[in-house]
Amino acid sequence: MTAPRRPSAPWLAILTLLGVYLLAAGADFFAPYDAASQDRSSPSTPPTRLRLVDAEGTWHLRPFIYPWKEIEGRFGEYEEDVRSPRPLRFFVRSEALGEGTGRRFFGITGPQRISLLGTDELGRDQLSRLLVGARVSLGASFLATGMALGLGWPAGLLAGFYGGRAQSLLMRGSELFMVLPWFYLLLGFRAFLPLEVSPLLAFLTTVLLIGAMGWARPARMVHAVAARARSRESVLAARGFGASDLYLLRRHILPATAAVALTQAALLLPRTILAEVTLSFLGLGMSEPWPSWGTLLAEAQSLAVLETRTWMLWPAAALALVVMSYHRIAGLLQQRLGAMS
Amino acid sequence: MKADRHFSPLHALPTPYEVRSTRGCRARRLLWGAVVALPLLLAASSQGESAPPISRSGGRLVLDLRAEPQSFNPVLASDRVSRTIIRRLMADLIHIDRQTQETVPALAHRISASEDGKSFELELREGLRFSDGEPLTAEDVLFSFEVYLDPAMGSPNRDLLLIDGEPVRVTRSGERGIRFELAEPYAVGDRLFDSLAILPRHRLEKPYRAGRLAETWGLGTPAEEIVGLGPFRLRRYVPGERIELERNPHYWKRDEHGERLPYLDELVFRFVPNGDAQVVRFEAGETHMIHGLSAESFDRLARRPEPRGYVLRDVGPQLRYEILVLNQNPLEGRDLPEIEARQKWFRNDDFRRALSAAVDRDSMVRLIYRGRATPIAAPLTRANKLWHNAELPPPERSVETSRTLLRNAGFDWSPGGLLVDPNGRPVRFSIATSSSNQQRQKMAAILQEDLRQIGIEITIVTLEFRALVDRVVNTFEYDAAILGLGGGDVDPNGEMNVWLSTGSNHLWHLGQTRPATPWEEEVDSLMTRQLIELHRPTRKAMYDRVQALVAHHVPFVFLVSPNLLVGAHRDLGHFDPAVLDHSTLWNVEHLYWMDRAPKPRDGRRNP
Repeated sequence: MTAPRRPSAPWLAILTLLGVYLLAAGADFFAPYDAASQDRSSPSTPPTRLRLVDAEGTWHLRPFIYPWKEIEGRFGEYEEDVRSPRPLRFFVRSEALGEGTGRRFFGITGPQRISLLGTDELGRDQLSRLLVGARVSLGASFLATGMALGLGWPAGLLAGFYGGRAQSLLMRGSELFMVLPWFYLLLGFRAFLPLEVSPLLAFLTTVLLIGAMGWARPARMVHAVAARARSRESVLAARGFGASDLYLLRRHILPATAAVALTQAALLLPRTILAEVTLSFLGLGMSEPWPSWGTLLAEAQSLAVLETRTWMLWPAAALALVVMSYHRIAGLLQQRLGAMS
Repeated sequence: MKADRHFSPLHALPTPYEVRSTRGCRARRLLWGAVVALPLLLAASSQGESAPPISRSGGRLVLDLRAEPQSFNPVLASDRVSRTIIRRLMADLIHIDRQTQETVPALAHRISASEDGKSFELELREGLRFSDGEPLTAEDVLFSFEVYLDPAMGSPNRDLLLIDGEPVRVTRSGERGIRFELAEPYAVGDRLFDSLAILPRHRLEKPYRAGRLAETWGLGTPAEEIVGLGPFRLRRYVPGERIELERNPHYWKRDEHGERLPYLDELVFRFVPNGDAQVVRFEAGETHMIHGLSAESFDRLARRPEPRGYVLRDVGPQLRYEILVLNQNPLEGRDLPEIEARQKWFRNDDFRRALSAAVDRDSMVRLIYRGRATPIAAPLTRANKLWHNAELPPPERSVETSRTLLRNAGFDWSPGGLLVDPNGRPVRFSIATSSSNQQRQKMAAILQEDLRQIGIEITIVTLEFRALVDRVVNTFEYDAAILGLGGGDVDPNGEMNVWLSTGSNHLWHLGQTRPATPWEEEVDSLMTRQLIELHRPTRKAMYDRVQALVAHHVPFVFLVSPNLLVGAHRDLGHFDPAVLDHSTLWNVEHLYWMDRAPKPRDGRRNP
C-alpha cells in the first residue's frame, strides 16, 4: 500500500492567478488596442504570426510580422502580405497606433494591425478584448464574492454563536435562498431595469445581485464552525472569566471561522466568474461594445467557429485555467482545514 | 456550386435494370419496342418533352424543424411550425404561386370577379376527394367559412375575411359553385383564399356544433382522423422526435404526363432545435433540405470540395428586413420624462435622415452577412417582384450629408466632438436589441461606432426578446430598438398594419386616432385607396408613392434585408426555392428523387 501523496504546494495555481490578475489590471497597457475599436477591413483574421525569419530566410533580431491581406474575391480568407513586414515595437505611444493617449506594451506602427489572437467579425482585436474582458469578468467575481461573504460570514457567525431563534432563522432563510431560481430572478431583474441606467451600472448591479444571492452557502458553513467553536473549552473558560460576547466573537469565534471563509472565497470566486459568463453568454451580461469572457464566448458559439475560427475559443481556455487554479487552491485549503480540525 | 439536375428526356431512357428480360424474347421485344417507341418518339419531339417511361414517384424526404407543432387544427394554429405541417395536409381554393407571386387556381378551377370588385364566383374542380376518400362538396366550403368567420372560434384567419369590418358573405351557387360577396370592393380578393384550408364537414361539423372544435385535431388525435385535401396525410406523430406524413392517394393534382402527385411517398419532419445541429445533419445527408441557413454556415457548406451531396442556393433578398425604430409614441401620463425629452430629436425628420445617412450598411452586409444581404433605404427589395419601387435610389453612406442635415436642424457639436441639440443637451440614447440575436447585437455595435462619428453617444442594451417587444409595443419604455419586419405576402395589403397610422405594427407611433403628420395622412389615404383600386398600374403607382414617402421621411432607419439561403440534396428534382413562405416546401408535391437506381422491393428509393 502506498502512502497518501502529500498535496504539493499550489504555487503554480497561485502564480497563474497572479499573472492573469496582473494582465487584467493592466489591460489598458498590455492590450495593443482599444477593446471596442473596429477595423472593418480585417474581420475574422487569424492570429498574426510573430516572426524572426523573413520570407527570404534571413534572421532578424527584432521580431516582426507580415500583416494579413484578404485574398481577392474570397471573403474572410487571408494571406500574409510578405511585401510589407512590420517590426514589433515595445512601449509604443498609443497615438502611433491611433488608439488615444498613453503607452501600450507592444504594437506595430502604420495602418495595419497586429492581432496575436486574431480578430472578431467586426475586426476587433481578440487579445485586447480578452484582457479587457478579464478585467470585467474577474472584477465582477471579486465584487460578487465580496458581497456573498459580506452577508454570509457575519450571518453565519452570529447564528452559530447565539443559536436558538437566530439559528433557525438563518437555516430556513438560507434554505429558501438556495432553492430560489436565481437565474430567472436575474432575467426578470434585467428586464425591469430602466434603459437609462448605463450598461456598466446595470452590469455591476446584476453582479451584486449574484453575490447577494450567494450568501447562503458560506453562511451555513461558517455557522457550523461557529456553533462548534462556541462550546470549546477555551471559549467556555473565557466566558467564565466574564468575557463579553463581542470579545468572544472577535478573539475566539471569528478566527476559528477564518479558514472556512477563505475556502468559501476560493470556491465562490470561480463560481461567480461562471455565473457572470453564463449571463453574458446568454446576452444578458455586459453590453456591446464592452467585452467580458461570457460575451466573447457567446460570439464563439457556432459550428463555423469550431471549424474555421478556433482563435475565438481563447477565452474558454483562459476561463478553464482560472477556474482550475481556484479549485486547486480551494482543494488545498480544504485539506489543510481538515488536517487542523 | 453544382447546378440542379432537372428532369430531361435523357433521364427518361430506361436503365439497364429496367430493360433486362429473358434472352429468348429479346429480338421480338426489340422489334415491338421499335414499333411502339417510334410514334412515341415522334410525338415527343413534336411536344418538346416525352412522357417519362419510369415513374418519378417514390422515396422519402426528411427535413428538420426547430420546434414541435402546437396543433394540427387549421382553424386555430398560429405558430409557424404547425402551419408548415398543416399546409402540407390541407389545400386552399385559390393559391398564391410562390415563384410568380401571382394567384393560381387550386381546388377552385374557375374564378370570376364582378366588375365592381365586390363579389367573386368560384367553381370547385370535379371529382375532388379528401384524404379519407370522401368527396369534397360546396357544403364543405360553406362549412369552412362558417367556422373561420365564427367570432366564438377566435380563428386568426377571421381578420383577413373582414372587409371594412364586415365579414365576407359566402353562399352556394349551383352544384359546385360558391359565391363570395364583400362589403366593399377589394383589389386582391382572390389572394384572401391563399392558405385558408378547406375543412372536411363530415369530420368536423359534429365537434363544431358541440362547441368542441377548438379541442379537435390536437397533437393527441389519431392520425387517421385528420383529413385534408393536401398532397400528404398524417401517418404518425412521435412527440419529441418526428412527424411522418404519407402520400395522399386522393390528391387531385397530376403532372404534365398525367402522373398523380405528389411524387414522394413520405415526408418526415424531425425536431432539431439547434441550427448548427441541423446543418451537420444536412451535410451528413441525414436530412435532404435545409432553409434559413446563416451566411457563415452557407459559406462553410459551399467551401466543401466536390463532389458534394447537396446543392446550395442563395435566393437573394427576402421580404424580411431589419430596422432601427425610434420611439415617437406619445408618453403623456407614463412618467418617462427622460425618454420624452429625447423624443424631440426622434420626431425631427432631419435627425432621422441624418442617422440614416450615417449608417454604414455596406459594412453590415459584409461583416455580419458575409455579403449575403442587401442594404436598404426603403421597406421593399427586389424580392418583391410585383411591387418594388425600382425608382428609389439605393442607400448611400455620407457622414458629410449627415452632419449637414443635423446642422440644418439646429444641432451643433461641443468642443469634445459630442453632438448637442439646440438646447445644448448632449445627444445620447440607447438602442435595445434582443439578447438571443447575435446578428442584431453586431448591427447595434456597428451603429454605435457609426453614430459616434457624428457625435452621438449610443448605449446598447440587450433584453430578452419578449421583454423587448413588451417595451416597444406596450410600455414604450425605450429610445430605439433594432427589430425585423416583413415576411408575409408580397401584396401591399400585407403591409397595411405597418403603414396605416392605426396599424398594429406602426411601431414608431402606435395607437394613433388620427394621423400625426401630413405625410402619414397621405400614406393612410394611399393605402386605403389602393385597397379598393382594381386597376393594377394605378395601385402600383399608389404603392410606389407610399414607398417614396416612407423612404423620404424615414420613420424607421432601414438597415438590411438578409438573403434567403437554402440547400437541398443534389438528387432532389424540382427544388425551386422562393422568397414566400414556405420557401422550400411550397411545391412539395412536385419534388422527386432523380436517382435512377433500381427500386427496392418496398418501393422506397431513399438516397
